Amino acid sequence: MTRLADLPVGARGRVSSILGTDELSVRLLEMGLTPGVEVAVVGTAPLGDPLELELRGYRLSVRRSEAARVQIQI
Amino acid sequence: MVETALVRVAAGYLSGCAGLSRFLGPFFRFLPTGAMSPIAQRSTLTVALIGNPNTGKSTLFTALAGVRQRVGNYPGVTVEKKIGSLNLGGRDCHLVDLPGTYSLAPRSPDEMVAVDVLLGRRDDAGSVGAVLSILDASNLERNLYLLSQVLELGLPIVVALNMVDIARSKGLKIDVKRLGEQLGVPVIEVQANRRIGVAELKAALVTVATSESVTTPAPSPFPMEFQREVAHLQSTLTARGTDDGAGQSPLPRYLVERLLLDTSGYLQNTLLANGQANSMRVELEAARSRLAAAGFSVPAVEAQARYGWAERVLRGIVARPAERVVTASDRVDRLLTHKLLGTLVFVAAMLLIFSSVFVAAEPLMKAIDAVIGGFGDALAARLPEGPLESLAVDGVIGGVGSVLVFLPQILILFFFLAILEDCGYMARAAYLMDKLMVHVGLSGKSFIPLLSSFACAIPGVMATRVIENRRDRLTTILVAPLMSCSARLPVYTVLIGAFIPARRFAGGVLQLQGLTLFAMYAVGIATAAIVAMLLKKTLLRGPTPPFVMELPSYKWPSPSIVLVRMADRGWSFVRRAGTLILAVSVVVWAASYYPHQAPEVESDLAPKRDWLAARGAQLDENTEERAEVEAQQAEVEHQIAAAYQRNSILGRMGRAIEPAVRPLGWDWRIGCAAIASFPAREVVMGALGVIYNLGKGVDVGNDSDRDRLAGRMQAARWDDTGERVYNIPVALSIMVFFALCAQCASTLVVIRRETNSWRWPAFTFVYMTALAYLGAFATYQIGMLLPPF
Repeated sequence: MTRLADLPVGARGRVSSILGTDELSVRLLEMGLTPGVEVAVVGTAPLGDPLELELRGYRLSVRRSEAARVQIQI
Repeated sequence: MVETALVRVAAGYLSGCAGLSRFLGPFFRFLPTGAMSPIAQRSTLTVALIGNPNTGKSTLFTALAGVRQRVGNYPGVTVEKKIGSLNLGGRDCHLVDLPGTYSLAPRSPDEMVAVDVLLGRRDDAGSVGAVLSILDASNLERNLYLLSQVLELGLPIVVALNMVDIARSKGLKIDVKRLGEQLGVPVIEVQANRRIGVAELKAALVTVATSESVTTPAPSPFPMEFQREVAHLQSTLTARGTDDGAGQSPLPRYLVERLLLDTSGYLQNTLLANGQANSMRVELEAARSRLAAAGFSVPAVEAQARYGWAERVLRGIVARPAERVVTASDRVDRLLTHKLLGTLVFVAAMLLIFSSVFVAAEPLMKAIDAVIGGFGDALAARLPEGPLESLAVDGVIGGVGSVLVFLPQILILFFFLAILEDCGYMARAAYLMDKLMVHVGLSGKSFIPLLSSFACAIPGVMATRVIENRRDRLTTILVAPLMSCSARLPVYTVLIGAFIPARRFAGGVLQLQGLTLFAMYAVGIATAAIVAMLLKKTLLRGPTPPFVMELPSYKWPSPSIVLVRMADRGWSFVRRAGTLILAVSVVVWAASYYPHQAPEVESDLAPKRDWLAARGAQLDENTEERAEVEAQQAEVEHQIAAAYQRNSILGRMGRAIEPAVRPLGWDWRIGCAAIASFPAREVVMGALGVIYNLGKGVDVGNDSDRDRLAGRMQAARWDDTGERVYNIPVALSIMVFFALCAQCASTLVVIRRETNSWRWPAFTFVYMTALAYLGAFATYQIGMLLPPF
């Protein structure tokens, strides 16, 4: 088990769970980061943060601190 | 409660005057909607437009309702209320544009607006008869999440499937007919930017809205355990509701689901009466732990249920290519988010926008000034000299000019911003700049509004609408006026030119005058950063808003959308802020005109003027003597203007505050000019021109005018001691004051419009003026301690 924030650019994996029940967790879930969904890290912004993800056929940007809430199975 | 009752009474009374409202209707078309909504919306069908951001929602709105729309605010929140009219089968209907959202899961009053409008819980929006839901065909799975929530509301729905062309370029094949069958609602393929499918969409809306059959909420996508808890809560609430005797209608199923899903406590406090909220909290928590034990923990259960439903609906309907197609958008994205190239493109784009606003707006602003000025002169020639002439020329026409003069900057900036937004780059700009802005407690979305404020804070404040989070948006609005706008530049250049020595350092690379100018911009930026950090830690404290943001596919911007959006912003500024700015201008005119008495004019200057006029008439034209007399005449006229100014209400205020501005190193003349520029800082040079007897028409863009003004300032001496007024610390103290002060009534009026409250412009004014005073004080006092330069 690893965190989405720790995946290198180009890696993909499946979401296993989202930690927490606050607004951020709800937002991550609403945007489609639900358990079982496949997600890829497409790149990072020039300053190293946030990350650009691809999931469910679209691109999503999240900060590293936010991606740390997402547990991934590779 | 009292408020709602009053609204109902008023609505009942007004609907009795339907004939009157029909008669007055055309005159009120451009009023904020709140003023007339109760009359108009009782009888007409209201269609609500809902969809995710970046789906072409506002484009579809324009395609359906045209550009004529009524824009206002929902009371008490910062959500914009946009209503257009729509003809459906010969029947006039209202089209309400709801804010773009990914989910109907309210956790704040702003997010509650859409839910309340859809469920008919707002008296000011009428009851929604049909919903038009727009979906992005290239991104169906995530778009269906919101649709699954809307389907549960039990309203007649039509789905507009937009961006089919982008879906095709991604290699997606969508069986539209089967999608409609699966969803159980009409699905119409549209291309909103080309107005394709609009007629079919209207026909479908007519069919669902006039259908006799009652629409029931779609079956719940939640697991049985969850549905049982919802049913149980619903009956508990209904039973307690009757115990209280409150007479409220029972909560619809959707809101009970939300009550169970919202762990923030917002809905408990909003939907339930005080006593109920406490007792229900226990029940809700018990229900949540029962669900967690059964493997359906809140909040994940909702996303899993809805995305599960979306995946089932789309199975066999969307065919994806076996290999993921690398689209043009992907290739563009790789370049634009590249570490080096992406940054270069970003800097180039920002420079282009910024310099265009700065440079291209300049001649247009001058042209507006010239036209307005010419009009004023023509009018002045036709009116007899006196208060009426002055009111018309300086008050009203000057006021109209001060509204229109902002238009070039607003239009040019929103032209570029509309392009960035429509092509999908806006989200990337926020993505690229996020890390930088996090340091001051904001997000990347604040970058472009703040950058725009270097040209003019008005479009900057208006551009903050892209920031969904209320606290972030307010913080950005409150610090935007600290960015040194183009109106501060003349103050800097004149004072730097007159008082800062043109010395060079470091082998001629650094130049003192340039450094001073840079320092003035830096003072604004640094102060803004500190103020933003403090605001986010005190007044606007709260959890860091998520930066979980969609990066939409790139596409070519549509010229018509760009133009419509640009015109919309310009018009909204003129209409919603213009009248107030005009009123302020007239008040300021009165303060600088009245009482229009000056003893020195009567006793001394007027006889001198008459004598010079008589003398000039005796001399031949084109002689040296005649020219000398004319120069003296002009000087006397300027002295008369200065005398009136000194004795006006504004001038008296300036002199009254001299003890307060003396610690800043200022005499009463500088105090006067500073007070006169509170409504609009760009008048400061004109005010100084009058004060230093150069007349009203000083133009700092003109070299000789600037030199004359600088000369008078260098020569100015204290009335009591006879020492020179200006030295380097005084010049710096004036510049710092102008850098930090909220001397722009128009910006304050726009802040009022954008925040829907007078509290925030009042706060901005107070904190900026205090900072400006303290900053100028510190600059002068420290400057006087240092050895002379």
